[in-house]
Amino acid sequence: MSIKLEHVSYVYSEGNAFERKALDDISLEIPDGQFIGIIGHTGSGKSTLIQHLNGLLKATSGIISYNGENIYQEGYDMRALRSKVGLVFQYPEHQLFEVDVFSDVCFGPKNLGLSQEEVESRAKKALSQVGMSEKYYKKSPFELSGGQKRRVAIAGILAMHPDVLILDEPTAGLDPKGRDEILDQIAFLQKERRITVILVSHSMEDVAKYVDRIIVMNDGKAVYDDTPKQVFQQYRELETMGLAAPQVTYVVKGLEEKGWDIDTTATTVEEAKEAILKAWKKRKSG
Amino acid sequence: MALQKKKVWCAMGIIEAAKLAFEYKKYDENGEVEEMVRAIDGVDLDVKKGDFVAILGHNGSGKSTLAKQINAILAPTEGTLYVDGKDVRDEQNIWDVRQAAGMVFQNPDNQIIGTVVEEDVGFGPENMGIPTEEIWERVEESLKSVGMWKYRKNSPNKLSGGQKQRVAIAGVVAMHPKCIVLDEPTAMLDPTGRREVIRTIRALNQVEEVTVLLITHYMEEVIYADKVIVMDDGKIVMQGTPSEIFAQVDKLKEYRLDVPQVTLLAHELKKAGLDLPDCVLSVEELVKALCR
Repeated sequence: MSIKLEHVSYVYSEGNAFERKALDDISLEIPDGQFIGIIGHTGSGKSTLIQHLNGLLKATSGIISYNGENIYQEGYDMRALRSKVGLVFQYPEHQLFEVDVFSDVCFGPKNLGLSQEEVESRAKKALSQVGMSEKYYKKSPFELSGGQKRRVAIAGILAMHPDVLILDEPTAGLDPKGRDEILDQIAFLQKERRITVILVSHSMEDVAKYVDRIIVMNDGKAVYDDTPKQVFQQYRELETMGLAAPQVTYVVKGLEEKGWDIDTTATTVEEAKEAILKAWKKRKSG
Repeated sequence: MALQKKKVWCAMGIIEAAKLAFEYKKYDENGEVEEMVRAIDGVDLDVKKGDFVAILGHNGSGKSTLAKQINAILAPTEGTLYVDGKDVRDEQNIWDVRQAAGMVFQNPDNQIIGTVVEEDVGFGPENMGIPTEEIWERVEESLKSVGMWKYRKNSPNKLSGGQKQRVAIAGVVAMHPKCIVLDEPTAMLDPTGRREVIRTIRALNQVEEVTVLLITHYMEEVIYADKVIVMDDGKIVMQGTPSEIFAQVDKLKEYRLDVPQVTLLAHELKKAGLDLPDCVLSVEELVKALCR
């Protein structure tokens, strides 16, 4: 069970003056149950990449297989793929359209041709998984706060029971608490339902805190593909690509430059605290 | 005499609000009034010329409503609001108010209309009836002030998010506002874009002495402000310098906010017994304090 990309390229406006390579020879494998972060500056190819994963865009060349089957082969069931690989777009709340929250979440599973009973049980489960209680079921999506709307939109995808959940900047425009709530919820789901989660984000701090693996996109290429610790060691290179490391990584790097004997792989507040306290004790005793 | 005194007082501040409120009716399915919502509830504000004021608050706390009032998009339902000495409730003042307080929004794509960068920036002054020669002077000066002069002949479509947002800011600067109100200008940008925009805003404030009102959800963007205001439930609940505000980690969390990551790290290290100042705002500051 995995998504596998082999030499995937995607060219916009092929053959005319606006031709541009949005994806350039990408090969990677996404096994089951991983929590993956994709980072890259605006226009680096992140969104183009994720739209390939559920077949919304078709690669100009290369092969994508899902669970061992080439999704471009004749007769491949794209609809089934899209229900298994759920994509939550940026500002998904703009896509809420039903009269109330509950009907909106039912829309996806209903289209899968499930019984009314199954549809409703899935919708209830999905809403509870994103922390929306029953008192919101009959509310119009327009009466909800930004963070609540976004959770309803995510529930709509969860109710389809995807094996892979892809989220394109799910926290853009949310306040810090709303951001933490959504990401904690997603991390919880990822563990509990053992689904694969792919998170596209501009927040290095969030990516460092939550994911197991980071894919860095630049100019349509996957330039790094490693653990957060390894990727953020390359902070100078990341800066040339419009990215950065989490703030705390700069603190430990700064101390090293001042001559401290310190572990500089920290990417979260907890790790940095530990590294600094350890190095500080060493300095006092030495 | 009292009236005269008030006039002098008004002329001093760029934005002066007293007991400001904004109330709207919420209707149920049958079109009956369900409840009254007070999105802004008794706000007193005094922003002086050249100030850099940051506004924090969770989604729905009233930040954007306040910004819309300052730009005369929404009229106050109670209290008073003067922008550059002009009463925003007076219909005749609307255009003066909008020229005095320029707005920059979240999504640069919704604010850029020209097909060439310099044309887009010239659009505002042209609409104000500025003579052509002066328009070009203003375009040059404002594109230089945001560091986008060398892109003047480019199509905005080919720019990065941060560059587009700087063009949008130049478009506002070209109208020579007394004050710029930015409503989450970096929410959609990557780290470099965010840095570019914040650097531009600081330069405008420090070099050109433009008054800045910055609304944001990124705590680390607030550390350069002279004053930070925290809103909750339509009210101002905290105000002070960035150090004063970010020293109150627990209180901020109650308002669904946070502190910059480096401030949190310093706070944790201090709790663990290290001798550090009460509030550390930047990476450089923390490294320096630890090396003392």
